[in-house]
Amino acid sequence: MKVTLKIKRFNPEKDEKPWWAEYTVEAEPTDRLLDALNAIKWYQDGTLSFRRSCMHGVCGSDAMLINGSNALACKVLLKNLGENIKVEPMRGFRVARDLMVDLEPFFDKYKQVKPYFITHSVTPEKERQQSPAERERFDDTTKCILCGACTTSCPSFWANPEYIGPAAIVNAHRFVFDSRDEGREERLEILNHRDGVWRCRTIFNCVEACPRGINVTRAIGEVKKALMFRKL
Amino acid sequence: MELYAWLFMRVSGIVLLFLALGHLLIMHVIHNVETIDYHFVAHRFMTPFWRTYDLVMLWLALLHGLNGARTLIEDYVGVRGWRVFSLASLYILGFIFLALGSLVILTFQPVGG
Repeated sequence: MKVTLKIKRFNPEKDEKPWWAEYTVEAEPTDRLLDALNAIKWYQDGTLSFRRSCMHGVCGSDAMLINGSNALACKVLLKNLGENIKVEPMRGFRVARDLMVDLEPFFDKYKQVKPYFITHSVTPEKERQQSPAERERFDDTTKCILCGACTTSCPSFWANPEYIGPAAIVNAHRFVFDSRDEGREERLEILNHRDGVWRCRTIFNCVEACPRGINVTRAIGEVKKALMFRKL
Repeated sequence: MELYAWLFMRVSGIVLLFLALGHLLIMHVIHNVETIDYHFVAHRFMTPFWRTYDLVMLWLALLHGLNGARTLIEDYVGVRGWRVFSLASLYILGFIFLALGSLVILTFQPVGG
């Protein structure tokens, strides 16, 4: 099949504002969008820039705005996108070049929630044990690959870049509900800030955008509930 | 603070659902709008129950709406000066309506039977 890709391009060193480039690629319907982007980069226009690494939906490098929705270019098939495809960088972050956005602020927010185990008790001789049910409690939020699709699909985040964002909350959730972690209080305190979970307006864009199928809004809701029952 | 605002929105929303439905039922279904006049309201306000009902509805509805508007302003008014101005106007207006409404409900005296 022949597909036409309209790609929003921007080189801050050369361009005053973003512009649309159009490319036509011959591809199989079962090819991924990433294959089409690679075909352009390798055979038509080497200046096109985008991130990709594992190309199997695990590393989270190639999240972008595809036909108006955030998705991983390596996970969507061309047959599901039609013959005219629009590709843009994710919204809300500074465009570093073409489809690459500056993710520094994204990872700064991620670091804010202390995404690592915090323990104060004496280290046990063997491992810290956990029952399958306790592990199940936060299973959904362990799936996050930090691609940024949820945060950059969130209107609250577009409106206020200070909002900590769904991705950081998901990663805080992963530790807040982990029975082995002892940093619950300090993490919840960070999320209780006015730019924390309370900026979430339950719009559900994050749930639709997540390529890992994480129920992000539910995770945020659970953090809100945890905060509420802690105070009341 | 945001936690309490969030909780208030949920609780007031649920309570308002019943209060507003009750209000709608009485004012528009059981009684025809054309039959509602000064005497109807004056008669209703003879009982403390209806005064309390209306007072609670006034406070919850107004504060619920004000908090919603506050959220919108905080989300979408980016310039600090405009934000402070919008919020100040909102609070002043809200206070005036709240005070005026409460004054009417609490001090209403029927005239002319």
